[in-house]
Amino acid sequence: MPEQRLVLGNCGVIDPRDIDTYLDRGGFEALERARSAMTPEEVIGAVRASGLRGRGGAGFDCGLKWEMARNAQAEERFLICNADEGEVGTFKDRFILENDPFTLIEGIAIAGYAIGAEKAYIYLRAEYHFLLDLLLGAISQARDEGFLEPLEVEVREGAGAYICGEESALMNSIEGRRGEARFRPPFPTAEGLWGRPTIINNVETLMNVPPIIARGPEWFAELGTAWSKGTKVFSVSGDVARAGVYELAMGCRLEELVVDLCGASNLKMVQVGGAGGSIVPAGLIDTPLSFETVLGSGGITVFDESRCVIDIVHRDLEFFADESCGKCTPCREGTEVMLEILGRLSRGDGVERDLESLEDLSEVMMLSSLCGLGQAAAVPVQDSLLHFRHEYEDRVEKSLFLRTLEKAGRS
Amino acid sequence: MSSGVRGELLNSLKRAQAEHAHLPREVMEEISRSLEIPLGDVFTVASFYSFLSEKSRGRNTIMICRSVPCYLKNSAMIVESLADELGIGMGETTADGRFSFTSTNCIGACDSAPAMLVNDDVHGDLTPRRISRILKSYR
Repeated sequence: MPEQRLVLGNCGVIDPRDIDTYLDRGGFEALERARSAMTPEEVIGAVRASGLRGRGGAGFDCGLKWEMARNAQAEERFLICNADEGEVGTFKDRFILENDPFTLIEGIAIAGYAIGAEKAYIYLRAEYHFLLDLLLGAISQARDEGFLEPLEVEVREGAGAYICGEESALMNSIEGRRGEARFRPPFPTAEGLWGRPTIINNVETLMNVPPIIARGPEWFAELGTAWSKGTKVFSVSGDVARAGVYELAMGCRLEELVVDLCGASNLKMVQVGGAGGSIVPAGLIDTPLSFETVLGSGGITVFDESRCVIDIVHRDLEFFADESCGKCTPCREGTEVMLEILGRLSRGDGVERDLESLEDLSEVMMLSSLCGLGQAAAVPVQDSLLHFRHEYEDRVEKSLFLRTLEKAGRS
Repeated sequence: MSSGVRGELLNSLKRAQAEHAHLPREVMEEISRSLEIPLGDVFTVASFYSFLSEKSRGRNTIMICRSVPCYLKNSAMIVESLADELGIGMGETTADGRFSFTSTNCIGACDSAPAMLVNDDVHGDLTPRRISRILKSYR
């Protein structure tokens, strides 16, 4: 399957510093159309009909989110564009911001019109500070051309916290608090930023909005699978010949992306969706990529046969233990204990019982963590135990044997 | 409830950090007074975010990506090269106060792994020779 550039259509074509190059390609026509020929309800209806789902990882129905915020009774509503791309191995939003900030701004303006927001925030991760000037330049050009009225768009920068990509933690961060997850309900569409109805959409999600309005939801819904419409932008890195950003229709097979386009060889496994993503063994490389199967943020990390699965999962857990916000116990303690056990297994100090403990912990964390972080942390542990259990067992067996030898040598 | 001054806290801390390279207690006290936010609240926010530091650091802060995609491309080499070039270990500051280095989670430069941040600049496709050249460009 060849690449299909719906979201990335302008990347490398327009000058991200010059709005005229965007206007020459029909830029802001979708916004004009939405404002002049459609009511906000019709815009929401079009997004609902398109089947667009959130591209940040969770895949929530975008039109439904907008509808809930629009229907919530309030004096003001907020729109937040989540540009806090912190998922390990994910850099698609960076690529989008670097190459085409204008489509994003147009998407934000359409979303603002649809839900009735007068204030929008773009929450940009601190690691992407180098993109700030480019982004501010694009916003000010759009404002000067009169496209943003009555919407005020402000960029807020993070300060180095993965959890702030989680919507409730992100709102706490904008409010000047620790970026800790909130209990839900209330959901952000009812009580979000400063207690007002708020929608939080990923960069890539908003990039899909102008083409949906311009070309119609029917056209969009023809692309992809039953429950995953449109395309997906993937970030591919690791053991591949051609790391980078690729856009394919939803439902494309993992093999087409990783082997055909990116040139992976001697494949052992692929992690789909960052450190908390599913681990797909080489034998299942024909798995389609969609919300129905595996997808997440579209961050794809490829591992060849030289890699040790326990080592990789241990490193995944180092990440989660470090980034857990500490608010809820299953995640705060669970990630630490998993890290300890995986470290033990990795060093050759593991015992058979460790595998069982990992399984028990995974289940508890998935069921009882406050937000996606603690739930996701368990995914690579469970998947690796499912697909590579023999490696864990082998490691335990060999370490037991080596320890017996050591003991015999000492006595 | 509205945006108010509380929403300014993180920005204030970031500006102060940019100015002083870290957040001395006096600076946090000043922010606490000017925004009328209890010092404890200022500190609790400052201590949460990894890019804010209460400890003194070098004029230039290097953050090496320690996440899996860079690990696969031998990010350990960056640590060794920096230690060799600068004569300091992870978390330390050079005697002349010019550099300190530490590690951080994924910086979103996996397509040019291994990568690091020097202040706000991303440097990717690193080799020992490139690292040596990069360091020379920061005073």
